[in-house]
Amino acid sequence: MSRIDAKFAALKAEGKKAFVAYVMAGDPDEIRSLGIVKALPAAGVDIIELGLPFTDPMADGQTIQLAGQRALEAGMTLQGTLDLAAKFREEDDTTPIVLMGYYNPIYSRGVDRFLADAKAAGIDGLIVVDLPPEEDDELCIPAQAAGLNFIRLATPTTDDARLPKVLTNTSGFVYYVSITGITGAAEASGADVAPEVARIKAHTDLPVIVGFGVKTPQKAEEIAGIADGTVVGSAIVSEIAKGKSVAEVAAFVKALADGAHRA
Amino acid sequence: MNDLFNSFMSGPNEQGRFGDFGGRFVSETLMPLILALEAEYEKAKTDDTFWAEMDDLWKHYVGRPSPLYFASRMTEELGGAKIYLKRDELNHTGAHKINNVLGQIILARRMGKTRIIAETGAGQHGVATATVCAKFGLKCVVYMGAHDVERQQPNVFRMRLLGAEVVPVTSGRGTLKDAMNDAMRDWVTNVRDTFYCIGTAAGPHPYPAMVRDFQSIIGKEVRWQLPEQEGEGRLPDTLVAAIGGGSNAIGLFHPFLDDPSVNIIGVEAGGKGVNAKMEHCASLTGGRPGVLHGNRTYLLQDDDGQILEGFSISAGLDYPGIGPEHAWLHDTGRAKYVSITDKEALEAFQFSCRTEGIIPALEPSHALAHVMKLAPTLPSDHILVMNMCGRGDKDIYTVAKHLGQDMGESEGRSID
Repeated sequence: MSRIDAKFAALKAEGKKAFVAYVMAGDPDEIRSLGIVKALPAAGVDIIELGLPFTDPMADGQTIQLAGQRALEAGMTLQGTLDLAAKFREEDDTTPIVLMGYYNPIYSRGVDRFLADAKAAGIDGLIVVDLPPEEDDELCIPAQAAGLNFIRLATPTTDDARLPKVLTNTSGFVYYVSITGITGAAEASGADVAPEVARIKAHTDLPVIVGFGVKTPQKAEEIAGIADGTVVGSAIVSEIAKGKSVAEVAAFVKALADGAHRA
Repeated sequence: MNDLFNSFMSGPNEQGRFGDFGGRFVSETLMPLILALEAEYEKAKTDDTFWAEMDDLWKHYVGRPSPLYFASRMTEELGGAKIYLKRDELNHTGAHKINNVLGQIILARRMGKTRIIAETGAGQHGVATATVCAKFGLKCVVYMGAHDVERQQPNVFRMRLLGAEVVPVTSGRGTLKDAMNDAMRDWVTNVRDTFYCIGTAAGPHPYPAMVRDFQSIIGKEVRWQLPEQEGEGRLPDTLVAAIGGGSNAIGLFHPFLDDPSVNIIGVEAGGKGVNAKMEHCASLTGGRPGVLHGNRTYLLQDDDGQILEGFSISAGLDYPGIGPEHAWLHDTGRAKYVSITDKEALEAFQFSCRTEGIIPALEPSHALAHVMKLAPTLPSDHILVMNMCGRGDKDIYTVAKHLGQDMGESEGRSID
């Protein structure tokens, strides 16, 4: 059982929804970033989404774009991101880490080498935004063979005819993108999301986690309540951008996690 | 080479691949739209009414066919191959870009899309898109790097006159690739009513094939125009074209890919020189394969797979990637790719003005600079066709600055 599967089984046993937090590796710098990541589980984070910085994040809004730039300017690399995960893993063997980013840095390193290194660093799953099912041979299939979950995005434009294709070869959980748009933009609407989650659940037994457009504890509670959990990214990254301390960021995250866990 | 492959003209395959290049590396939100576009384009390709509409507009709105012109004084001065110029700079809006824009906008109309977005380096594709949108009464939004907006005021004003909204892009470093990123972000957000009109033969499948097909009118015309002047059945011996993303080049090259006697040469922007400092845009000669903007192709990138900025005097060539079909033609050896520095392109620019009375854009000036090296080494019965893909009115400020004359204008980089 993967760490992700184990986490969802544990949450289910407790009757709790999952709270997933996204932070960019190396933002604002390596040391503070590691401090923030280490503080997340105690703040109530069930799964960590660790952003892999990239120069051209086409699906991300300004908040995540700038976080990636800060990280790159501070010297973060793919290796640095894996090292950060490994350091976290030394002290925490249960909180899943999902690496989220774009394909080119992975392709540049070489898929086989990347998968071996990611596995060794304690990464549990991958979300690679620019790899739709049409490109599954690139990374998705090799990743599953290497024992990493490959988590797919489903979106409002993924219709019923296409949904099975998106769900095939998906593992760990399904990430439903609540809006047509980029990260950190429009606010998700529970009324829009609920039927979409039901539609996806009709096709899969995997947990469905909803992200994009969740910014407040109230929204986290509302969205988590109609799915198996929720993701917050840009709102947390905005706090980091303001230069908040690790303790302040952790307190902000805890309020969001509490919101999701109330659901 | 034809014994290795049945044809160089049959690509891409169903996955949108030219060999290992191309593909559909986009987010799930866009994937259904890209599949719908592919289906629509496949229908249009064999629909006579689609091509009848294109032919009518090409003839009466764009001014096609563009002349194939024997450049006698260039030929004489260089003292070698016979040089012909394919005069796509005479098209409406001053470059080849409109060939492709017309096709995409007609497709957008057939798909019921009411809002058109485009990226532009410094204006030419933006102006062409704004032009065709004005003609059809469509809403047009053009993404342009903030830095380019600043120094390309005349083109920004042109687009606005034509009714387009020009959005200065400040994300990243505010260049053409960032403009393309922001156009894709807009598309993902407004996917239901918006059509993304990509300006070059790159991006996710079916764009590289579709843009190539629309631009192939250039090479198809050369195929019948050259025999009118050189006799029945005469093919060019060498084709030369400049490459940024590579749409004018693939448009000239594609109809000749299966004629093994035709040498094909693409000319990349060498900037200050293709060296370790990366002050160039020569993706093929100075880059390596990677994935960006929906396709796998050669990219300028660092060891960690982070994308680098290009550098060229010509903003139209100032892109860190290249169309995937060129990447494949490069790897198979069917086409050869060379690079030309800013300095060489400036010399060619002046040579064209002086010998033929044609003020070329800085982009085809790169192609011409290579012609100037090549022609003297070839015999006088060798026919060389170069694509004069854009006119240079837009570039006079840049050229003046480099020649040490201040025209009191903004820096005025050239257009894509």
